[in-house]
Amino acid sequence: MAKKTYALPNITTPATPVIFNPEICNGCNHCVEVCQVDVYIPNPEKGKPPVILHPDECWYCGCCVNDCPRPGSIAFNWPVQQRAYWKDKATGKVLRDSQ
Amino acid sequence: MTRWHDFIEKDGRPPAWPYPIHYDKEQEIDTDVLIIGGGIAGCWAAISAARKGVRVTLVEKGDTVRSGAGGPGCDHWCNAPANPLSNVDPDEWAQHMTEPPYSNGIGTQIQCREDWDTLLEMEQMGGKIRDTKDEYVGAKGRDEKTKLMISPRYTKVHSYIPGMQKPVTLKSNPEGKLNNVVIRVWGSTFKPVLKRECKRLGVKIFDRVMVTSLLTEKGVQGARVIGATGFNNRTGEFMVFKSKAAVLATAGDWSLFLMNTELAGYNFFRSRTTTGDGAAMAWRAGAALTVMERNGVLMLGTGFKHTWYGGAGDASYENVPIVDANGKRLPWPTQGWEDAGAMRPTPENMEKIIKGIQSGEYALPFYGDFPGMPEVERRATWKLMLGEESTTRNITESYEKGGFDPAKHLLQNYSFIEGNSPAQWRTAGGGGPVVDWDLKSTLDGLYVAGEQTFSAGDHSYAAATGRYAGRKAADYSQQVGKAEISKDQVTLEKARIYAPVRRTEGIDWKELHAGIARAMQYFCSEYKTEHLLKMGLDALKEIEEVFVPRLYALDPHKLMRGIEDLSLLAHGQAIINASLARKASSRMLNFLRIDYPKVDPPDWHKFVTVQMENNKVKVGEMPLDYWGDMKANYEARNKDYAGVYQGK
Repeated sequence: MAKKTYALPNITTPATPVIFNPEICNGCNHCVEVCQVDVYIPNPEKGKPPVILHPDECWYCGCCVNDCPRPGSIAFNWPVQQRAYWKDKATGKVLRDSQ
Repeated sequence: MTRWHDFIEKDGRPPAWPYPIHYDKEQEIDTDVLIIGGGIAGCWAAISAARKGVRVTLVEKGDTVRSGAGGPGCDHWCNAPANPLSNVDPDEWAQHMTEPPYSNGIGTQIQCREDWDTLLEMEQMGGKIRDTKDEYVGAKGRDEKTKLMISPRYTKVHSYIPGMQKPVTLKSNPEGKLNNVVIRVWGSTFKPVLKRECKRLGVKIFDRVMVTSLLTEKGVQGARVIGATGFNNRTGEFMVFKSKAAVLATAGDWSLFLMNTELAGYNFFRSRTTTGDGAAMAWRAGAALTVMERNGVLMLGTGFKHTWYGGAGDASYENVPIVDANGKRLPWPTQGWEDAGAMRPTPENMEKIIKGIQSGEYALPFYGDFPGMPEVERRATWKLMLGEESTTRNITESYEKGGFDPAKHLLQNYSFIEGNSPAQWRTAGGGGPVVDWDLKSTLDGLYVAGEQTFSAGDHSYAAATGRYAGRKAADYSQQVGKAEISKDQVTLEKARIYAPVRRTEGIDWKELHAGIARAMQYFCSEYKTEHLLKMGLDALKEIEEVFVPRLYALDPHKLMRGIEDLSLLAHGQAIINASLARKASSRMLNFLRIDYPKVDPPDWHKFVTVQMENNKVKVGEMPLDYWGDMKANYEARNKDYAGVYQGK
């Protein structure tokens, strides 16, 4: 348990409207520009994925994901309470978006 | 490291603000036509003004490439009765669309006449409007010759209001034929090409700048509009725009009545940027506003319920049959071909469904039966309609990634199990400046387009009225001279804007927004009386005098959100004043006065207007058809209309 524990306030919920893949994302910041509400700011370290600064302002329009020039860099991540349910018509089994 | 608290844990401090801070800098921009708001209406206004050869400046709070309600996309182009497949006469259709009281006959006439030309210009610029790749051969509504795809929406019935749904019969519509006025489009391609065309035409674009006020001649309320002020929401730099004509192309106000402090951006159907800034700045400048007393009901998208479009049938899922948990079909319309566009069950069917739930006849939850649809219709709904609609591509794509297959799976519907919204969750129902046949407001130099023209916020309406207002504003700008900006007006505005960043502590924008929203819920919602409404004005006044002076902002972004709250506050004041002025109830306005319970009495069949004169509220009225003969007046004002753009 070497990790230092800071006194932080509760984290804004939900905090991660998207999940970046730092292996694919090259920090081009296109998503920072297309976002209507400035959910993101550029990462202080060049070439790294942006920082999610205002996740509470996300309206889930999807432009950051849709317009990403390097597919796979950024994935949508619905808040738990917004995950969808569906049902297999043949088997009747109820399924959920549990990515 | 993509969350800010990751930086605390790694570096012991948050990241620095990534943009230079310039609260002390000021930029002055001189232009002929100033466009306020870079959404669909604003981009079209900028393009049509620039095509008239004048200097155009466009100012947008986000980035024009995807900003506005129509920024992410659009799947259907409404009210295009002049399209080659239409079975109705555009003027008759415009008349029909204006039948419901308190709609905007001027904007509707413009839309019905010019909407098809607008769409063809969209195609010229590179937007996709036809099934050129033959992806949907065999889909109903697809025309092989033009490759246009007619949408099933509103083909016979079009109303969201239960009880108002009736088949439409028009003289020009041949018996047995659908009207064919709505066209399916690939609207996710639209916004980037609009920005590209603005740039190509030399429009000066200022992205990430919030316009905060209109400047008037000599700084006098009610005088000619000669510019605007704004600030950059990343750097804080102040901007003064000097213009000969301005087009107000801002959105409505969707969050006045509700604030969920954790899901601040997810309160409503639109992004948090739609805070009624345009109506608020027009109000403060002295323009007459109308239909301010109308309320909408916030059914979905609140963050407290399932996402709009995220569940089958909760919004508009064309042609998807709704079934119960046992697969039994419900009498729920599909907004599709079989019910000619109906969206909500009739009151009788709704009662039947509710009784059926209680008796066990219909088992919850309900589902959208995608697998039960013909393959091409299913694909058209899933890939074209939902794939191109504003915020829905991320829904279809992320559901697919999660394993959803529309050929195999029924998508759950959240009606009933998530409950109804409280009546106090409302939208400020789309009032705005009074406009004339040039889409000019009551102030010289100020034109209005899109949702701001006390009208519905549909994409094609915004496009057609933006295009129209842009060319009228350009004409006006060529007839008038320059005016001197009042230094006092600029100084006062600067003091108002920067006060929250001068403070070292206080309340933040979310708390202020929540306070304003709660006052609106208590005093201007389901139960309206003279006494409650006056309490509402007092409550907003108290917020203005006690809490606004404590508003505190950490950075230019939060400063913008705080200034948006001040728009909400002014918007709320205009709404309550209009609500006090209408001393009658009205069904179409969703406006019920306990002290004036008579619903739509004939002597109140009129528009109520409110405006500020010497900082005092002045109430007025206009006849419901103040625009006169729609066809004759449109034609008289547009003898020089050149149709589809032929220039470079």
